[in-house]
Parts: sequence; structure tokens; C-alpha cells
Amino acid sequence: MQTTFSSSRILLPVRPWFIALSMIVAVLLNLLPTAWWPGVPDWVALVLCFWSVREFRKVGMGWAFILGAVMDVADASLMGQHTLAYVLLAYFASSLSRRVLWFPLLQQALQILPLLAIVPLVQFAVGMLAGGQFPGLLYFAWPLVGALLWVPLTFLLLLPQHQPVERDANRPI
Amino acid sequence: MAAFDHSPPPFFKQGPAPLALLTLYVAISISLMVLDAKFRYLDMARQAVAVVTHPLQQLAHAPARGIAQAGEYFQSVGTLQDENQRLKHAKLEMAPTLLRLQQLEAENTRLRRLLAVHERQPAGGQVAQILYTARDPFSRRVIVDKGQQDKVGAGLPVVDDAGIVGQVTRVYPFVSEITLITDKDQAVPVQIVRNGLRSVVFGLGNGQLELRFMPANADVQEGDVLVTSGLDGIFQPGFPVAKVARIEREASYSFARILCVPVAGVENFGEVMILAARTAPAPRPEPSEAVEGAPEDKAPKAKKRRPGARGAGGH
Repeated sequence: MQTTFSSSRILLPVRPWFIALSMIVAVLLNLLPTAWWPGVPDWVALVLCFWSVREFRKVGMGWAFILGAVMDVADASLMGQHTLAYVLLAYFASSLSRRVLWFPLLQQALQILPLLAIVPLVQFAVGMLAGGQFPGLLYFAWPLVGALLWVPLTFLLLLPQHQPVERDANRPI
Repeated sequence: MAAFDHSPPPFFKQGPAPLALLTLYVAISISLMVLDAKFRYLDMARQAVAVVTHPLQQLAHAPARGIAQAGEYFQSVGTLQDENQRLKHAKLEMAPTLLRLQQLEAENTRLRRLLAVHERQPAGGQVAQILYTARDPFSRRVIVDKGQQDKVGAGLPVVDDAGIVGQVTRVYPFVSEITLITDKDQAVPVQIVRNGLRSVVFGLGNGQLELRFMPANADVQEGDVLVTSGLDGIFQPGFPVAKVARIEREASYSFARILCVPVAGVENFGEVMILAARTAPAPRPEPSEAVEGAPEDKAPKAKKRRPGARGAGGH
């Protein structure tokens, strides 16, 4: 699969262990004390969104559910709060994936923004229904940062799939 | 190259339709929420997942802790000497009170025995270190480094050197979770030291507390200190909880709006003390029997309860 569908560059297939590794790193990043700072994105949601757009056959709602359960326990939040948000994110991301990848990267980021916004909105709704306190407007700011990070994230997570520079003329791919 | 996936996508075997899967997962999520919020059935599942997440959390917090420790190490000798001096001074100032306290407690026990009043339980517990704040923005909780291994149980009160911090809500094998008194709707039964007026103080979620359902003409003043009344059977009586910061009395409402600030360093990091479980208070007299009589049995019990509660305000 190419970086975008319209580019002529052909990528190698993704390695499953790299997807798992990126998810684990995302969970670790989420657990850092910096997660309290305003505007720091929910890394798990971001990486999950990336892989469900890119590899919707491999990463889907099952992954979203497991990661959501992990984040629920780690955050000491209501069980099901993250799972619901992540499952919805994965569903909409994979259903949009055929369209999103036709656009250049910056326009992809614009389409990713509403997808990421699902996560804090759903969590906010669940938190309020469960009798929580209002977390402040900055709680809803991270999807903007996440959408800006879409371009570097695409570059970074696709690095292992780039082809070697020396091309073998006898190989078809 | 064998690890690479070169097979064509399966055209006919694609598993359940995405919408069906979505419905399934959403249904599971919602039932999880209901089970967790209404019935609290999921603590075992939480503990199972926590086996994976707690080491990860410790790992993630290691750099920050390392930096903090390095900072302490490189702190100048002057600062430490100053602090040492101050602590010695404070210790000396406290000495007369502490020395007399032992004698006072003994005397108090004796007097209470003379009056046939319940003896007050001595406060004991274990010191715990706050590891980190839970990331959930909808509540105020912290994680401490004592768990089931150290006989910590859910519901135990937590104090620091100034007053009540919160209550243990979930216990894992090696850590436990404390809900702070500033968490939304966390309630602590309190008593005003000045006049012994009893009430319940609720967390507001923004670092403040509110004394709810107090009539507009209630005898509450700014600066009043609230201590635990001990009527709940969880918190021992006499621990400072909060100080009244602002009172809004409006004629259009029947209740005054009384805002308090916690006395303890509730939102700060540091060390806290988990108090041991309180022995159960005398059971409530049954209303029907109390009305009908049996004075030789029930009357002493009722008498026991009231001075016990009064005694808390006397500090």
C-alpha cells in the first residue's frame, strides 16, 4: 500500500509485531506523567486510529476493545468508558479508510480530526452520565494536536515498510 | 520474507459484518459500565488487568521519580540544615503537648470508663507513599504503594499530618486507590468544633468542599473548623477535615451555600497514613422496640451513643 493511494510509491507489507510494538509504546506514553498537561494527545487513540485507517483488516474493534480495557484500569476510570470510545473510533476509522487515503497527508489530517474528537466527546458523555465533574475545556483540545501529529506519525509508523534504496531490477516489487 | 503477508485479501471469508461487531462491542461496553457503576461487580476483572498495567505504570513514572530524587540529592546542604533546624524547633514546640497527651489519654479512658461510655479507639495505621494521580479527569483519586499484601481494605480512612485526605476505594495486590475528599460527591460526616453542630461535607470536584443542607440561619461562621463526627462508623471522631471559607446566604434559598477548603494537603503529593479499620459502633436501636419500651435493655445503648458523638466535638 502506498503512503497515499494516489502516490506511485509502493510500500512493503506491515509486520504484525511492529503494530503490537507501536501499541505498547502508545500505552506507555499514555501512562507518563505528562498525560496531565493540556493538549497532550491520547496516544493510544492516535495510534489505534492510524492502524485502523491503514490496516483495517488487521487492526479493528477487537484491538480497540482490549486497549480500552487496559486504559480503563490504568486510569481508574469507569470500566467501559475507554472501550466504548475506542471501539467507535476504530469503527469509523476503518469505514473511512477507503476514502481518506486518496487525499494528500494534510487533507487526511483534516478528516482525522473529527474521528479523534469522538474519543473525548464519548468519554465526556459517559463521565457526566456517571456523575463525574466537568474536566475543563482544555480536555477537548487534544484532537487538534493529534490531527497536527498525523503527518509525522504517518512518516514514523511507515518507516519499517519503506523499500531499500538499492533497487533490484530483477525483482518485481 | 515469509513473515510478509503476500496473500490476497479473503473475498468471501471476512468474518462478521462491521456493523454487527460494532453493535456487539458497544453492547458489551455499556453493560460493563452499568455493572461497574451500579453493582461494582468488576473488581476481580480490574485486578486481573491491573497485573499488566501497574508494572507499566511504575515503569512510566520511573523517569519522573528519578529526576525528583536526583533533585533532592543535589539540594544544597544549606536548605537541608534549615529544614533540620525548623523540624527540631517544631518538635520542641510540640513536646509539651505530646508529653501530656499520653497522660490525658489515660485520664480520658479512665473517666470514660467511670461514665460507662465507650472507650475511644486509639488511632493506628500504616504509612503509605503516594505513587501517582489516577489519570481519569472525571474524578480525584491517587494511587498509593500499600495493597492487599499490607492488609489494606476498601473503605479505610486516609489522613496526612494535617487532617483527613480521603478513603480507600479499590484495593489491588500491591497498590490501592484512594478517593480524595475533594472528589465529586465524596461525603464525610463532620461536626463544627466551635458549637458541635453536625453535618455532612461533600466534595465539589474543584478542590473545594461544600457543607450541604444547612439552613440559612445555621450557626456557621467563616473560619470554623470542621472535624469528623465519627457517626458513620468509618472515620474516627476528631480528625480535622476542612475550614469554612465562604458563606453565601440568600433569602430566596432555604439552604445556605457554605464553601470549605480542606485542611490536609489533599491535592499534594507525599506520604499519607492509612488508618486501621474502626471497631463497629453500637448497633442502631430498632425503632419499633425503642417506642414500645424495654428500657432496661435499650436505654443504656442510646445513652452510650450520644455522649460518644458529643465527645468528638470537645477537642
